[in-house]
Amino acid sequence: MSMAFQQALDNVTRVRGVRGAMLVAGEDGLIVAEALMEGVRGNAVAALAASLQKRFRQAMEAAAVGMPHFLHLQGEGGTLIIVPAPDGVLVVAVGTPDMNVGLVRLEMLRAAESIS
Amino acid sequence: MTETRVVEAWTLEPLERFVAESGARLTLLMTPAGQVLAQHGFTRAVDVMSAAALGAAIVASTGEIARMLDQTEFAALNHQGVQHGIFLGAFDTPRGGLLALVVYGPDSSAGLVQLFFEELAQGLVAAVPAQEEPKAVLAANFEEELNRSLASLFGR
Repeated sequence: MSMAFQQALDNVTRVRGVRGAMLVAGEDGLIVAEALMEGVRGNAVAALAASLQKRFRQAMEAAAVGMPHFLHLQGEGGTLIIVPAPDGVLVVAVGTPDMNVGLVRLEMLRAAESIS
Repeated sequence: MTETRVVEAWTLEPLERFVAESGARLTLLMTPAGQVLAQHGFTRAVDVMSAAALGAAIVASTGEIARMLDQTEFAALNHQGVQHGIFLGAFDTPRGGLLALVVYGPDSSAGLVQLFFEELAQGLVAAVPAQEEPKAVLAANFEEELNRSLASLFGR
């Protein structure tokens, strides 16, 4: 199983500009599997990304617009993307501001599908 | 609104920051012997005393298990319930070891508590005042000390 996780993450990190990818337990905010470059604080990103996703989910439920499929936060120094997988695991990627978001999104959706 | 009360003033700022950031519902900061330094969220003295005694006992038990397994002591313990989780973490300061017992609800998570616990430990280590002469704990003044601590924690 962990080989499948690693393969899923490798496909995401292979995209140019991606500095790291993780599978995170959505409820706990703990890392399930990771492939991160040095300097990325995995545990902090995992905990805060899971918290963020939980809040967005609550907001979307309150707005009666369904579940979030894809969260994309663009910052001055980089990008954070979260894709919830069906079983409560989150696929999280961190990258440079100019990374190919479309391609990363595609690989993250594939990763979410493959680990379910 | 729940309050943060402290026996040792230097613990207040790091503890308030931890509570605000982690979303913890209850937090107890104590020594491995169960002596309380600060608390957040508790409303009754009896709950603080019970929680401190149980938390210290859990850490002592897991420490003993670690010793039997020939390992270094477990740094933290997390118990996830249906609605609430309990996190128990130990860390060293220049004044000796301290324990934090944290109860968190669905607004928080094990990951958040663990993350901000690391910052709490760093904040407390930085805030520890210069070493004082340790006071002897005598049976004669134990009750008086305990009552004084509880008065500080509950403002009575």
